[in-house]
Order: sequence, then C-alpha cells, then structure tokens
Amino acid sequence: MITVENVSKSFVLHNQGAAEISVMAGASLSVAQGECIALVGASGAGKSTLMRMIYGNYLTQSGRIMVGDLDVVTAAPRQVIQLRRTTLGYVSQFLRVVPRVSTLDVVAEPLMATGSDRATAEAQAKTLLHRLNIPERLWQLSPTTFSGGEQQRVNIARGFAYPYPALLLDEPTASLDPTNRATVLAMIAEAKARGAAIIGIFHDHAARDEICDRQFDVTQYTPGLAA
Amino acid sequence: MTPLLQVEGIAKMYGARIGCTDVSFDLYPGEVMGIVGESGSGKSTLLNCMAGHLQPDAGAVRFDTRTEGLRDTVTMSEPERRMLSRTDWAFVHQHARDGLRMNVSAGGNVGERLMAVNARHYGDIRDKAIDWLGRVEISADRIDDRPTAFSGGMQQRLQIARNLVTGPRLVFMDEPTGGLDVSVQARLLDLLRGLVREMGLSAIIVTHDLAVVRLLADRLMVMKDGHVIESGLTDQVLDDPQHAYTQLLVSSVLQV
Repeated sequence: MITVENVSKSFVLHNQGAAEISVMAGASLSVAQGECIALVGASGAGKSTLMRMIYGNYLTQSGRIMVGDLDVVTAAPRQVIQLRRTTLGYVSQFLRVVPRVSTLDVVAEPLMATGSDRATAEAQAKTLLHRLNIPERLWQLSPTTFSGGEQQRVNIARGFAYPYPALLLDEPTASLDPTNRATVLAMIAEAKARGAAIIGIFHDHAARDEICDRQFDVTQYTPGLAA
Repeated sequence: MTPLLQVEGIAKMYGARIGCTDVSFDLYPGEVMGIVGESGSGKSTLLNCMAGHLQPDAGAVRFDTRTEGLRDTVTMSEPERRMLSRTDWAFVHQHARDGLRMNVSAGGNVGERLMAVNARHYGDIRDKAIDWLGRVEISADRIDDRPTAFSGGMQQRLQIARNLVTGPRLVFMDEPTGGLDVSVQARLLDLLRGLVREMGLSAIIVTHDLAVVRLLADRLMVMKDGHVIESGLTDQVLDDPQHAYTQLLVSSVLQV
C-alpha cells in the first residue's frame, strides 16, 4: 500500500548562509495492507521527516513514494489533496484546528469531506468521542481550550473517523493515561484488521512492541549518523 | 476534469515597472488558492487582472462558463464580463465600503445583486436577504439599517452576504480580514470556511497573513517583485519552503 523507494531529502537554509543540510539518503520501505511498521531512531534521525515526506508536506528531492497508485513526490497539489481526503490519514503530534469550531465538528469533518451526510458523520463522531472518554459536555466547545491529553484524543478521533486505507501516526499514545492508551491501541489493531497500512512513531516502547509487526530504523539512512 | 479557471502568462506593466508577469496556473472546482507576498509584490494587481478590473498586457484568463465551457475573459466583450462578475463571480474587497453601497440599507445591498440577475418579487428578495444576513450572523432586525451604522466586522460580513447571495462559483478576495480585530477575524475566517465547504466554492484569496492561508487555502502561491517564486500545497510551502524569500517570510511570523 505504501512504498518508499530510495528517497533523499535535504534542507537548504538560504537565510543562514545557504547551509545545505542533508537529512536522509537512499531510504526504502514498504508497508503492506494490514501491516503496522514503527519508525525508530534517535531524536533528530528523521522519523517525522520521513512521515511528512509521505504525507506530502515536505518535498522529496529524489526517489519515489507510492501511496496506492499515486507517486506523492511528483503529484500535483490537487492529487495530494484528494489522496489525503480518501486514502491517507495522518494523526499529528499536536492538534491544529480553526478557532471556534466545535469538537464534534472537528471530528466529523473528515467524513463530511468525503460526502457523508451530517447525521451519519455526527453519529460516528459521537461514537468515537464516547469511546475516547471525551465528556459529552465538551463536545460543543472548541478543543483549543482542552488539556493536552484531551486534545490528543480529539486528534485521534478525527484521524480514525474515516476508514483510510493508509494511516500515519505520530506518537498516538503520548500523554495518554493507561485506559485511553489501551483504547487507542485497540483502535489501531482494528484499523490493521480491516486492512489499513500503518506507519507509526512510538516512543512508548511497550505500545510499539504490542502493535507493530516490524521496526524500521531511519538512522541507517541519515547521512552523518549511520554507524 | 476541466479547470474552473485557467490563467496563462498574465502580465501587467505600469510603465516600465512590472506589476506582475508570467503568472500561470489552473484552479479546479472546490479549490481555494492563497496568494501571499509583501505589499508591492503584485498580488493585488494579479487579482484585479483575473477579476477583470484591470486589463492585463498579455495572457489569458479562461473561465469555465456554464453554457460555452472555457472562454477567455480578457478578450470577451464588456457586457459579457459584467454579466459574469454579477453571477458566477464575486469579489470581496479589503475595505467593505468599496464593495457596498454605504447609503443603501443592508437588505438593499444584498437585494441589489439579486435584482441584477432579474429577481423582481419584493417578498422573495427580502426573505433571501434575511436568510443571508442570518448566515453571516447579522440579526434580521438590522436589515433596514445602513452599513454606515455597522461595525467594521459587520460591514465585512455584509459584503460577503451581498457577494454570495447569487450563488457564485468563483470568489476573489482581497485581504478579506485585513484591518479587523483578531477575534473578529477568527469569526470571519470560520464563516468563510464554512461557506466555501457548504457551497463548494472555489476561491482565490490575496493576503499577507500566513495564518489566514493556512486555515483557508488548499494551495498557495508566493509572489515577490511581480513574479511567482514558489507554489504548491499550502502546508508544504509553509512547512518546507524552498525559496529564500519564502523561508524568510515563514520564519518571520511571530509565535503567540
């Protein structure tokens, strides 16, 4: 479902003497349907960078990144937008939302964007919010004022609202208590069971060992870091 | 899929000075594109060339008309272009007073656009005006007040109602949130976002506010000295800017 072939990435910092920083070279990775891969490596090794390259918010200098039938590296913006709407989900580390939009709408939005009617989308959003223990009295409020753990759970509910065939998870269990952590792990297992290809970053090693089929060490592709 | 708007090689000179030059892109139905750049970078010139307010010196602006498909709006007749600008197009000005009739009531401002497309029944027009004032969060009892009695944020929302009442397919916006308080801005952005999603609008938004484009735009174009120096997905351009100027722009945003 997700195939990364020989990709490399560097940043050129024009305003700091045009310093060129090479952060990844020759990385290849393949994730099948129903498989969950953990990206591992020290902080700064390029785990999030690789994830952003797959999601398309970082440009890739060379190589190919196939998600389904689309090569993200060469795709036009509107193709990437379509891919993100129907194929590739992303649960970021931090929730980023429009001020004033209610939690319920935030979670229902990915469903509305794919053509669900409001009633179906809201019903699904409510089920997820219940499951992730977000109290009902908070549903009409904007999540911007929520605690870190609550925001994280809203973010997860939003990321799992639509059944994407491919999912990117950046620290999904960080800042969660044991009960909610178990719920999130169960949701990831269910996504795997329905055939989603998942790439995750987990600093929670117990969670990683429980849910992931393989590990992919990005350090070996980090120029200057490879041992 | 046919693009809704196809811009090819647009150039506009002011004497020997470049307004904007060599701008080309396709905009598809439902897409929102942001244009950012510092003042004087040519973004408003470009917007006005596309919307037919300025005659470009070169290039074509093709719009997917309802009856005849893609037509170059630069070379079409003035009456045809005027017809487009009051049916399928809308233009939201930075200063609401440029887009409103200040000495006509709020309801009249909304109704005028309807009458321009041959609505004649007074009751229908008034009902539709009330409906639209409600959608932009202006209470119905203000329908007979003039915009001069409105706050800046309300004037801006009234301008949006006036523009969208005829169900346009393409909206041009020039700094729609410029000069408003941040709280009013947030409310307006939320409103615009909802309307764009609900009505399936395509929009081109000129702004210098990167937070606005991050919230509203799918795609982003960065201009400097009349040239497009970078374009792409909004989050890609903001998270991984390639051009020196874009990097400077993104790194100059104050963190709150």
